[in-house]
Amino acid sequence: MPEKRIVLKNCGIVDPGNIDSYLEQDGFKALRKVRDELTPEQVIEELKTSGLRGRGGAGFPCGVKWEMAYQAPGDEKYAICNADEGEVGTFKDRYMLENDPFSLVEGLAIAALTIGAKQSYIYLRAEYHYLLDLLNQAIKQAGERGFLAGINIEVREGAGAYICGEESALMDSIEGKRGEVRPRPPFPPTQGLRAKPTIINNVETLMNIPPIIRNGGEWFSREGTERSKGTKVFSVSGDVTRPGVYELVLGSTLKELVVDLAGGENVKLVQIGGATGRIVPETMLDTELSFETILGAGAVTVFNRSRDVVDILYRTMEFLAEESCGKCSPCREGTAAMVTILEKFTRGQGEESDITVMEQLSSAMTLSSLCGLGQAAPNPVMDSLQHFRNAFEERIRVD
Amino acid sequence: MTNIAEGKTPEDLLVLLKEAQDEEGYISEETMIELAETLDMSRSDVYGVATFYSFLSTRPQGRNIIRICKSLPCHLKNYESVAESIEKEIGIKPGQTTADRRFSFELTNCIGACDKAPAMLINDDVHGNLTPGKISQILEEYK
Repeated sequence: MPEKRIVLKNCGIVDPGNIDSYLEQDGFKALRKVRDELTPEQVIEELKTSGLRGRGGAGFPCGVKWEMAYQAPGDEKYAICNADEGEVGTFKDRYMLENDPFSLVEGLAIAALTIGAKQSYIYLRAEYHYLLDLLNQAIKQAGERGFLAGINIEVREGAGAYICGEESALMDSIEGKRGEVRPRPPFPPTQGLRAKPTIINNVETLMNIPPIIRNGGEWFSREGTERSKGTKVFSVSGDVTRPGVYELVLGSTLKELVVDLAGGENVKLVQIGGATGRIVPETMLDTELSFETILGAGAVTVFNRSRDVVDILYRTMEFLAEESCGKCSPCREGTAAMVTILEKFTRGQGEESDITVMEQLSSAMTLSSLCGLGQAAPNPVMDSLQHFRNAFEERIRVD
Repeated sequence: MTNIAEGKTPEDLLVLLKEAQDEEGYISEETMIELAETLDMSRSDVYGVATFYSFLSTRPQGRNIIRICKSLPCHLKNYESVAESIEKEIGIKPGQTTADRRFSFELTNCIGACDKAPAMLINDDVHGNLTPGKISQILEEYK
């Protein structure tokens, strides 16, 4: 399946600093339609018809999320854009913010109007501070043209914490606290920021909203697979000749992305979805990219045959141990224990029993961690043991 | 001196800590104590927030902060050689600050510039496609 630009349509075409260039590309037509022609119920219905699922990795149906927040009782509600793009190997949100901030402002404004949020936030990671002025300018220009009546959008900056990309930690951070995850339920659409109904959507999810509203949910649902509609934006890096951002129809194969588009050669494995993502060996490059198979937030890191899977895994786990928020012990202690074990393998000092311990630990972490970090941290371990078990067995100490 | 947190609530803590750091270069013990008292929070809660985030520092830092990315995509492009070049150039290891306070040097996790790996942030500027040879010229810009 080909590249298709829905979300990236304006990137490279509009001037990110000038709203007029965005207006020339049908900018804010969707928002106008939402104000003038559609009820919130109709907006939600379009989203449900579209089949749009969250692009931050979890894939929750967007229309359902909005509906829950819309129906939740109360006058004080919040719409939040998660621009805390911290997953290792991800930079697509940065690219979209850099090139088309107006689409995000429009998408977020539609979200706010639909659920009835007077206050909205864009939570921008501290590492992207250089995008702050551009975003604030886009909001200001949209406001000056009267598009944001009744809507207030504020950019809140993070301060350097991977975990704040996790939605409950993100809300705690906006509340001025340590970004630690909350047990759920309650879920944000009923009790989120300041314990009020809140929706949190990824940058890419929100940027899908204007085209869906302009063209209709049915139009959007024509592309993709049974349960993964539309396109996905991928960030490809590592051992490829053309690293960068690519938008593909969902259901395209990993090979199309990694080999045909990005120019990967002598591929050994691909890590999809970053540190907590999946590890796919070269023999499975024909795997479809979709929510049914593998997707995550679209981070795709390519490793060639010169790379060592034990080293990759060790570095991945080190990252997770460092970024674990520390609130729940399965994640805090589990990631640390994994690092200790993997470090032994990097020195060729693994023990037979370590493999079993890693497997047991993986299952305990997946079952009992509070959030996605701890639950998914074992993914790369389990995948590596499945596809590259030899690499570990070769590093077992011989007495 | 007017109180930095007048009229503020605990929800403003993170923003206030960042402002204090922008002003003084780091978050001092006095600042944390003052914030705790004005916001009616425990000192440990304030300290907890100040030490949770990697971009906040409770120790004095250099005027310019170099953060080189050590995550996998940058590792694949040999960030280590660039880090060594920085060490040689400014004579300190990651985690340290130069005696003249011109630079602090840190290794950091993914900064979302993997398409131009190896990459680093100096203050708020991204520098990508780094090679050891480019370092000295880049650092020249930061006084």
